[in-house]
Amino acid sequence: MLKVIHPGFFTTIQDNGRFGYRDKGVPVCGSMDHYSSSIANSLLENKETDAVMEITMTGPKLEFHTSSFFAITGAEMSPTLNGIPVNSYEVHKAREGDVLSYGKLINGFRSYLAVKGGFLTDIKLMSRSFYQPITDENCIKERMEIPIETHTEYTPKISHMKSEAFHKEHELLVYKGPEYNLFTNDQLKLLFKNKFTIAKENNRMAYQLEELIGAHSYKMLTSATLPGTVQLTPAGKLIILMRDGQTTGGYPRVLQLANKSIAILAQKKFGDKITFHPVKY
Amino acid sequence: MSSYPITIRPFGEDAILIEWPPVVSESILYDILDFSESIRWDFKDYMNWELVPAYCSLTLIDRDNKIDFSKTKFELLECYKNRKAKKPAPRYLWKLPVCYDLEFGIDLEEVSKILSMSIEDVIKAHTHHIYTVYGIGFLPGFTYLGGLPKALETPRKAVPRLKVNKGSVGLAGKQTGIYPQDSPGGWNIIGNCPISLFNANLENPCFVSVGDQIQFYATNRAEYDLHKIETEVGIYNLDKIKLDA
Repeated sequence: MLKVIHPGFFTTIQDNGRFGYRDKGVPVCGSMDHYSSSIANSLLENKETDAVMEITMTGPKLEFHTSSFFAITGAEMSPTLNGIPVNSYEVHKAREGDVLSYGKLINGFRSYLAVKGGFLTDIKLMSRSFYQPITDENCIKERMEIPIETHTEYTPKISHMKSEAFHKEHELLVYKGPEYNLFTNDQLKLLFKNKFTIAKENNRMAYQLEELIGAHSYKMLTSATLPGTVQLTPAGKLIILMRDGQTTGGYPRVLQLANKSIAILAQKKFGDKITFHPVKY
Repeated sequence: MSSYPITIRPFGEDAILIEWPPVVSESILYDILDFSESIRWDFKDYMNWELVPAYCSLTLIDRDNKIDFSKTKFELLECYKNRKAKKPAPRYLWKLPVCYDLEFGIDLEEVSKILSMSIEDVIKAHTHHIYTVYGIGFLPGFTYLGGLPKALETPRKAVPRLKVNKGSVGLAGKQTGIYPQDSPGGWNIIGNCPISLFNANLENPCFVSVGDQIQFYATNRAEYDLHKIETEVGIYNLDKIKLDA
């Protein structure tokens, strides 16, 4: 078991998603930066579906109540084990009583912590991904006890990996969305030439962008949306839906992010800049 | 078999969007659901597909990110063209109780003014009509209901509320619906339904499916409280009628 001494800003348990319930309005959920969480799992030779901890902006303080092995990937948040710095993208051993804490955010926005065997919180609708009201909690809380397996011996096949610094990238690859043709030539110029700023309204549901690209009055019938769908509001605001995003929407879906670009965006925070780069189907 | 001019387009790396003419119509909706059944039947090797129907579209999402678009498009068109009438999945009319007391129907007086109808007539009209579920989304278990009589069309509130209570029954534009959980919202609230539309502890978390129908009936406060308790302890018997296909 792992005990939460301090939860950090917003820390959740996430696996690779909740599938099969989108027709009942249930978002897919899962790790925002799927690439980083997969690396953490593979360093520990976990299953791809094992749950990791997603740590946003400010990290938690966690106490191991059993021996385990762990790996940290994604955003660099100056992690320490019993006060001694630990490298990301490496397998580390934790003993009972060890305290893992996080310091300053150096880069990125979301860090992933995987333990050998994964975090064993309740499975709800076939996934452990936190999402209220499907799971009881929306994030970890002080004094919460999170079940994990006990591992005393483990020789990793790969002890460390070079960190793939893709979260420093700022270019998002975008396909045409279903309502792409709504864009005027002027809007397209703005869209592909300008930089866009991440608004303070950014979370696991959606990232809003600050710059407006022109109002429209197009009306459409509600249709499905996906993680990575870029919606254009009547006021001309761009909203990029993320893993906890609603499954249907009535705003035009003008662009669709490449899957890797969802992971890049997940490492962006308020004030960061991004650009769009068109790709063809 | 009725047939519409459908379009099939890629939607990102792991989804395909199938679209029908953009009209709210039950025959289109039933054609979408029928095609969805045929896909489940004909593409058994693709069990990792999710199918999301809504109004005049069907979105197919491959959770394994393995879609070969041109091949799949061809196969889907063949499937649409050649599908045979078969026994469709059962559809139901759900009769749901609503307490329209002003304690719950916090906008009922205002709605009655806007529509120039008495509160009794608003309730009568709302419970008289049968609504079709054209989509489920926005929140888990939130149903987009079509078939609202013109007389009940009420503009969305200018300033949305930060919190609308779970179970609230609202009116907005051409739509009516039930909030399945506490949520911010801009609909005019005219009552509350004590039955939970979404329960994450059940294998099927939402008893309503797209294509089903819903009719409300007015219930008094005592019955509302009883149904609420019955729902919470899991002994409420849903009133449903199987619809002929």
